Amino acid sequence: MSNVLYREGTSPVHRLPAQVKIVCALLGVICVVATPRTEFWAFGIYLLVLAGIWALASVPVGHVAKRAVIEVPFVVIALVMPFLGSGDRFTFLGLSLSEQGALAGWNILAKGTLGVLTSLTLAATTTPRELIVGLQRLRTPSVLTTIATLMLRYLEVIAAETKRMRIARISRGHDPRFLWQVGATARGIGALFVRSYERGERVHLAMVSRGWTGRLPDHGAAAAPGTWLVGLLPVLAAAGVLGAAVWLP
Amino acid sequence: MAAVTSEPDPAALSTPVGPPALLVERLAFAYPDGHQALYGLDLRVEPGERVAVLGPNGAGKTTLVLHLNGVLTAGAGRIEVAGLPVTRANLREIRRRVGIVFQDPDDQLFMPTVGEDVAFGPANFGLSGDALTARVREALAAVGMTEHIDRSPLHLSGGQRRRVALATVLACDPEIVVLDEPSANLEPVARRELVEVLLALDRTTLMVTHDLPYALQLCPRSILIDDGVVIADAPTRDLLADTDLLAAHRLELPYGFRLD
Repeated sequence: MSNVLYREGTSPVHRLPAQVKIVCALLGVICVVATPRTEFWAFGIYLLVLAGIWALASVPVGHVAKRAVIEVPFVVIALVMPFLGSGDRFTFLGLSLSEQGALAGWNILAKGTLGVLTSLTLAATTTPRELIVGLQRLRTPSVLTTIATLMLRYLEVIAAETKRMRIARISRGHDPRFLWQVGATARGIGALFVRSYERGERVHLAMVSRGWTGRLPDHGAAAAPGTWLVGLLPVLAAAGVLGAAVWLP
Repeated sequence: MAAVTSEPDPAALSTPVGPPALLVERLAFAYPDGHQALYGLDLRVEPGERVAVLGPNGAGKTTLVLHLNGVLTAGAGRIEVAGLPVTRANLREIRRRVGIVFQDPDDQLFMPTVGEDVAFGPANFGLSGDALTARVREALAAVGMTEHIDRSPLHLSGGQRRRVALATVLACDPEIVVLDEPSANLEPVARRELVEVLLALDRTTLMVTHDLPYALQLCPRSILIDDGVVIADAPTRDLLADTDLLAAHRLELPYGFRLD
């Protein structure tokens, strides 16, 4: 499957069972979120831990950085907050800024960025298929993993259908670059929805015919306690940082 | 007492020992919108037979297929698969016994790899571990797709996808294989390859189609359905030779095709 997020590799990080990586990423993000926003040094160490994982998995910083652009809308909000906040004000580069606002902005920026980077690291070292198997092993409700499996499979089918419909439109002299022809595109999306819905019904029928009762057969194997321990090392580091940030004077 | 002759009784020979592979009696069904699709349909298929179900669009062919494994519930009538009636209580076993290969392989193949997709059915029916792996390999070998076990169904050709779809059903070890328009959208070579696979299977087969030459090639016997009832039930060659009958039910042999 062509995938923009995954990066082929055989590093220890890639080989780690998906369920360990999912738990690791989740707990890591919780540590980041729980860290008091004024403990600036802690966020630096979190970033170092992530950088260590990138080095181990040989994921270039550029790969992660480029995909982190998705965060930009939140960055804009974070940058606006110092201007809008209330309370004590200070002057920076001739601008009067709110201290509370600046801290709130920093909070969003630092924690948001670390969260996005963690997710991207997980996605860069784990294929979507492995992610689903991992979620299954973590006892995620089977309805959710089934939906995710089907989405993975049919995203490309629907994308191909969209492409065929677009080509058929263009062949009849339609030029979707012009804004006032957006109506035809919208109707195309409507037709696509109906077709996807009908396909969904047929797929369901075919699954029921093969004895499906709501659970996908479980593949994947349990991870050994040792594997869990090694896999959760970054979380232990993050928890240590969190403890220091909360309790050290 | 009559003298014992060496001549065997033809009636005794043709009478099968076990139950028929498929028995449909007076099957009637109307869709919720009131459209009556089946009006008392009768059909009996013996084990090992290959039967083509012919008929124009809207004749009730697909409706019949969806009754065979209990996806649709009959308004009236009775269906038995190898002696087991199609009822709610038997649904699981019925769905194992009746393997339906749907018209569009993209509807049937939904797992990320061929191997996982073929394993889906037998895993649902309780197989696991080595037995499951063996069953998957067996089914893929039967359709000549063993080397593609780890590929995504999306990256296969139309003919290959059709054969994998067949393997997903064979893996459940069905009593009867039901094929819905198996030749649709296939190039000539893929058509022929599928024929070879199906002939080699040697299983009870029901093939729904309006591809008449394909029916002739694969099925010694054909039934013609129209307006929800069986119009004709005859050896395929005889049925296709009856031009008037075909014409009356919007069927015709392709241009240039001759029965000789």
